[in-house]
Amino acid sequence: MQHDYDAIIVGAGGAGLWAALELARAGVRAAVLTKLYPTRSHTGAAQGGVCAALGNLEEDHWEWHMFDTVKGGDYLVDQDAAEVLSREAIECVIELEHMGLPFNRTPEGKIDQRRFGGHTRNYGEAAVKRSCFAADRTGHMILQTLYQQCVKAGVRFFDEYHVVDLLFEGGDGGDGGRAAGAVAYRIADGELHTFRASAVLLATGGFGRMFRITSNAWSLTGDGVALTYRHGIPVEDMEFYQFHPTGLYGLGILLSEAARGEGGTLLNDAGERFMERYAPRLMELAPRDMVSRAIYLEIRDGRGIGGKDYVFLDVHHLGRELIEEKLPDITEFARIYLGVEPLREPVPITPTAHYAMGGIPTDLETRVVRDERNTIVPGLYAAGECACVSVHGANRLGTNSLVDLLVFGRRAGRRMVADVRGIGLPDLPLDPTAPVRAEIEAIRSSDGRESAARIRADLAASMMDNCSVFRDEALLRQAATDVAALRERYASVAVADKGGAFNTDLLEAREVGYLLDCAETTVFAAQRRTESRGAHYREDYPERNDTDFLAHSLVYPGPHGPTVRWKPVTITRFEPKPRVY
Amino acid sequence: MQIELKIRRYDPERDEKPHWESYLVDASPMDRVLDLLHRVKYEQDATLTFRRSCGHGICGSDAMMINRRNRLACKIRVDQLGKKRIEVEPLPGLPVIKDLVVDMEGFFDHYRSVMPFLVAGEAVPERERLQSADDRARYDDTTKCILCGACTSSCPSFWAKESYVGPAAIVNAHRFIFDTRDTAADERLEILADRDGVWRCRTIFNCTDACPRGIKITQAILEVSSAIIDRQA
Repeated sequence: MQHDYDAIIVGAGGAGLWAALELARAGVRAAVLTKLYPTRSHTGAAQGGVCAALGNLEEDHWEWHMFDTVKGGDYLVDQDAAEVLSREAIECVIELEHMGLPFNRTPEGKIDQRRFGGHTRNYGEAAVKRSCFAADRTGHMILQTLYQQCVKAGVRFFDEYHVVDLLFEGGDGGDGGRAAGAVAYRIADGELHTFRASAVLLATGGFGRMFRITSNAWSLTGDGVALTYRHGIPVEDMEFYQFHPTGLYGLGILLSEAARGEGGTLLNDAGERFMERYAPRLMELAPRDMVSRAIYLEIRDGRGIGGKDYVFLDVHHLGRELIEEKLPDITEFARIYLGVEPLREPVPITPTAHYAMGGIPTDLETRVVRDERNTIVPGLYAAGECACVSVHGANRLGTNSLVDLLVFGRRAGRRMVADVRGIGLPDLPLDPTAPVRAEIEAIRSSDGRESAARIRADLAASMMDNCSVFRDEALLRQAATDVAALRERYASVAVADKGGAFNTDLLEAREVGYLLDCAETTVFAAQRRTESRGAHYREDYPERNDTDFLAHSLVYPGPHGPTVRWKPVTITRFEPKPRVY
Repeated sequence: MQIELKIRRYDPERDEKPHWESYLVDASPMDRVLDLLHRVKYEQDATLTFRRSCGHGICGSDAMMINRRNRLACKIRVDQLGKKRIEVEPLPGLPVIKDLVVDMEGFFDHYRSVMPFLVAGEAVPERERLQSADDRARYDDTTKCILCGACTSSCPSFWAKESYVGPAAIVNAHRFIFDTRDTAADERLEILADRDGVWRCRTIFNCTDACPRGIKITQAILEVSSAIIDRQA
């Protein structure tokens, strides 16, 4: 079945929904495709807040937010993008309030703000109250509010339509072609639907499921990133993957940095606030890459709790009233999932795979680009976690993921509104679903002996052991060997469910294929970057090396495996300096 | 320990009607029911079908009936159920698509029918609207809803009449009716004063018991009913 729209959006998290809203308000014929229901998207799991220099409680300026973003990203951030991010954060937060978002309020009735990691006043002097929040369910409220406004605006949704291929006209995506639409698999009955469109926005989120311990939803399998890569478009900065310092021990479920922003502390086995030794000024509110490394070093040196592989997050001294008003959800997580009562006792935590700084390369207008000269792929856009603008560089600051998806989701919508005017719909290939139909049939009819679930588990274990917070050449070589072997096994993957109706067995097998692409490019880029910067820490190359690596990696698919090229970083205001907190 | 997981299965392409199947799975007391479902799917029978996404109670995908009560599979632990045998069924009162997956379209249609969005005047200030912390607290509880469907599908009034908008829709109307920034309370109250609105609630409290977010749903419904009466007076 074929559907024609001027614009389609793949993914219904914050970025996709805001883009949809812009298109609907402008009267563009648009549709949103999501493999979930919109309100199930992982934006809803964000907790602590969204930073914007409103200055509601103390002096603040977008230039300070920009500086913090650049420094937090270890100077790999494109500074023109960071400027857009921190300036437009203010407009977006105000607009969300106007849409009805129930922010916590100050005594004067303004949006309340709190401290967050790496966000400072006056270029690094001390922590600043910049994070606007709705208790510890800010992401939930953003997702709900944007979906509510989409309902109001009459946005057309295709819920539980799983996009399985992208379509191009006049050559492949990496080869000068123009985006022409997408193929979606309707989960309810397995029917393939062709969506023809002049503009295609990818807003598919991240791929944390390639790691064993992750805060990410089961659905975060890098679909958009892998699909663009398969069409010849490079991925950017894949070696930078963020581990959030405070995941529930053994589970990886996120406990927001807001716990530390409100005054929570990190303690080792001796009861010491060990962050004093790593970041004397910002302590627990240092950037996430530094805090995660510090936790692992404490554990490695035998100072984990009882000598084990975790440390404590302690919030009990904040008092019942503050915790119930500002941190209710995360304290409930500790109760339910670990049986720990945070009002009385500290919570066992370890770092958890959380956020991809890298992804599909785009320009400031969210247009996908395919080389170091920013050559545009016409009609293709990306926003949110799946995209790399790059506003996060080598390490994202807390809350900047929400800022990113708001600012660039809105930009994507507006850009598409402008771009689809007056251009006709593209031509589709004669049988647009043929390639992906063949792939799906191959899996469905395979008599191989491999299960996708086992491949995913083995992949996640290897990535966790060999390509997480600490890396070196030997570990990365092991990861590369493992991923290559898993790819071999994936060629004989088979499914037990051969049916058409709601076949999650089949779709999960496809998703594991996407994770393999993400893992392969991550390991490949991590091997090539022989320096340490932000979240990418090489024990065999512990220093940052601006002479050779002040550049974004672009990994391309090739007939003999991936290849890498380098793209210069845009520097406007802030010359790279050593990163001290 | 070993748990017997009894699951109500239904494959529309193979089965005439639903049937029970039992699986023995290794479990620890701190495991969630979702962990057990994954163990069945990934180690015993890959055809088992259920929805899940975030895995920690915030996305609302995995609402189902567990030991005769609606809950999120990712938010209920084995030790909380306290039994060696756990029964898992799809949410009641909604059409079953396959195994534990139900058709949510009607549920979302009801939600969309109550104007679940802020309606405010055209004059938009340059900065945020001011709202006192007390006014904000007035509707805090109902902003927690994750639209999982556990409440509506636990409601005998909804089972009896599926045209009833149901508790979840009323919760989401409440969230705006009591927001001081909103100007469309009257229109929503009119919708909910309809014969398929709040009057179908028999204050049975199933919804409140089922809500995985701890929302005081019956109280919210009563507040909406009172607002309708006040308006008519």
